[in-house]
Amino acid sequence: MASGGQSAPAAADVIVVGGGLMGASAAFFLRQRGRSVILLERGLVGQQASGVNFGNVRRQGRYLFQLPLANRAREIWGRLPELLGEDCEFNPAGHMRVFFKPELAAAGEAYARDALAYGLELELISGNALRARYPYLGPEVLLASLGPNDGHANPRLVAPAFGRAAARDGVRVEENTEVLAIEKVGTDFHVETRDRGAFRAPNLLVTAGAWSGALAARFGEPVPLVARGPQMGVTEPVPYRIGPSLGVSTPVEKETVYLRQVTRGNIVFGGGTRGEVDLEAIRAYVNPANTLNQMPELQRLVPGVGALRLIRTWSGIESYLPDDLPIIGASGKAPGLFYAFGFCGAGFQLGPGVGDVMAELIDTGATVTPIEPFDIRRFAATGAAA
Amino acid sequence: MADPRIIIIGAGPAGVRAAQTLVAAGLRPTVIDESPASGGQIYRRQPAMFRRSYETLYGFEARRAKALHDAFEALADRIDYRPDTLAWNIYGGALHAVRDGVTAELAYDALILATGATDRLLPIKGWTLPGCYSLGAAQIAVKAQACAIGGKVIFLGTGPLLYLVAYQYAKAGVEVAAVLDTSPTSRQVLALRHMASRPDVLAKGLYYRAQLTVRRIPVHGGVTPLEIEGGDGVTAVRFRDGGGVERRIACDAVGMGFHLRSETQLADLAHCEFVFDEALQQWAPEADPDGRTSIAGVYVAGDGARVLGADAAEISGRLAALAALGDLGLPAAADQMAGLRRQQQAMETFRRGLAEAFPWPGQLARDVGDDVLVCRCEAITAGDLRRACSDKGAPELNRAKAFVRVGMGRCQGRFCGSAAAEILAEARREELPAVGRLRGQAPVKPIPMATQRERA
Repeated sequence: MASGGQSAPAAADVIVVGGGLMGASAAFFLRQRGRSVILLERGLVGQQASGVNFGNVRRQGRYLFQLPLANRAREIWGRLPELLGEDCEFNPAGHMRVFFKPELAAAGEAYARDALAYGLELELISGNALRARYPYLGPEVLLASLGPNDGHANPRLVAPAFGRAAARDGVRVEENTEVLAIEKVGTDFHVETRDRGAFRAPNLLVTAGAWSGALAARFGEPVPLVARGPQMGVTEPVPYRIGPSLGVSTPVEKETVYLRQVTRGNIVFGGGTRGEVDLEAIRAYVNPANTLNQMPELQRLVPGVGALRLIRTWSGIESYLPDDLPIIGASGKAPGLFYAFGFCGAGFQLGPGVGDVMAELIDTGATVTPIEPFDIRRFAATGAAA
Repeated sequence: MADPRIIIIGAGPAGVRAAQTLVAAGLRPTVIDESPASGGQIYRRQPAMFRRSYETLYGFEARRAKALHDAFEALADRIDYRPDTLAWNIYGGALHAVRDGVTAELAYDALILATGATDRLLPIKGWTLPGCYSLGAAQIAVKAQACAIGGKVIFLGTGPLLYLVAYQYAKAGVEVAAVLDTSPTSRQVLALRHMASRPDVLAKGLYYRAQLTVRRIPVHGGVTPLEIEGGDGVTAVRFRDGGGVERRIACDAVGMGFHLRSETQLADLAHCEFVFDEALQQWAPEADPDGRTSIAGVYVAGDGARVLGADAAEISGRLAALAALGDLGLPAAADQMAGLRRQQQAMETFRRGLAEAFPWPGQLARDVGDDVLVCRCEAITAGDLRRACSDKGAPELNRAKAFVRVGMGRCQGRFCGSAAAEILAEARREELPAVGRLRGQAPVKPIPMATQRERA
């Protein structure tokens, strides 16, 4: 094994720091464009936020200006078997948002009208049609907005599948490789790792999730990134019936639950208050109070859930920004430096699209998909709040 | 200082003696137990209307069983006893316990985990057929419910429980078609030198075996199980005997188990460190001789810490309670602790003997066919698990779990985890500890999605 600093650093066109879904897919698409890539991951690919999230492949409910990116991602979701050799349990059974109150339903209707201009077709269902088609929904549901072309996938499979495909295509994927220091020397970034040697490249992409903030600050771009854990759970399996992933659209935090039934039958759920995480120990916990709060809310959505049993809960480490938008794009300070992190619990669907966009941006210097709202320079004035 | 809040999980031999020790010190501990009555598995009680005598129920252990039951009943108004209650989570210094769909959050200053053990299992072709039970379940059926798992039963596996349960079935009038032990008899003879540290227990073990001989029940040592045969139910067990000869013995039920495994999920949820036990080839919470874990205020006792049996569990329950008292700054009898530690030493020697006499036959799991189910909850075969390694490169168990759902179901790997570790280690050509252990996640056992909070 190479020891740090002794031999000449391994070189490539791009070093990607962080092997989550963003990093693994960016590495994959960069390689497709003929670039040489080194992907550095402290643990195993897709082990953190990418692997523990709900698995929603959902476009609706996003800010309208994010839809072009989401649409680009959705196109890739449909091509996973062709790109990766496996479908990652992507089930295009739709995504459905439900509304409990008239004013929220009205907002849902307005969103459906506006989203059409971005190519996202949503079907609004209410009254007898709603009861006939989705008899499992609770009596409080006034309106459902179905995105028939969205769906859900198994988050544990997707990032690792991108990582393996990237490695097959020639990306150097270094797992269990902790980055200790990054220096810009001339036109190159020099990356020092613990026990795995040094690496250099003229381009560096930071896709290190909740740990990205420290790296951005290192290059003079502090951001008010906060790490929190999703509070996930799963029931015992029952016959597959539900189809779309379901979410409650509400401004009340504790009501914001979501669920999906995997084809094997288990109902996966999450939402509500987020939990504590420990960035040092790399552990995140489910607060049982949150699980107990989710239970009645899930039964408002689908009363039949109350007849089932909870078999497991889990969490992970996600990162959030105050404006609920990710950071995607080039650094404002260092040429050759790029970021894609801080997805605020809504990055899974975007992931493959973000990877594709970052590959395009790094390879060509521009991207056809608008990403200006996600520029890190929006925090330049305020800096890190913490 | 207000009286410290001490919670004991489990009302078996370790939990009862821990509670008794704390009450003697003037405290009022909370005792949480999944069963409707105290006694644990070994001294499990029969349903209220049943009238069998202690001698019928517990045999040689009748006196000990009665002593433990009486000791617990004497504590009745001096403890907060919560039977039929599942301790399902630990978070932020509080225990969460659910009973009849209502959950309570109980803060503690000290927590004594006396959670006991369950059967250690491994997959054999046909082990998921109706009529195939764990050894522990077979024993509970006959002891608590006075039922047998079948009319013509084969007991398969290894460990002292194998012979005890076979004897109990034979004594109850059930036809025992055979006892098939994967451990060679020669190893058991060699291990006698260790087991002589507890001559009374050794004598009982030898008695059970002698009784099987008297009743002309075939006992085969050093067997390799090949298949549990059947369709709608079990019809026979096919195996290779110690001499390498393939045999088939007809039966209508199988009780199988390969010694026991500690129930350690709560220790895991309390963030205790775990260590790999070479002799048993399994992970256990790290603990000092008094039961202190790596987490201040959390103690382990009884078979939930180390499988040493009921007598050792009583000692370790007392020790853990005394350790907790001392750590809380209360008087704890030092001389008593020294005596208890000495007694525990003999138990350790005996345990080593047992591990030597009845080794965990991990190779059976490693050799199991690709089509055999390993994880029953999620219907994951040995082949699925091997592919998690070969196709997806899973380097350890939790990664394999993420890829193929092994150990992800209702039991959370409590029953497939041992075998899954063997299969993954074999696929990776690594030592067993290198593939790690499945992390525990709440709830410890399934709880209703309609769980309500207890009203304060």
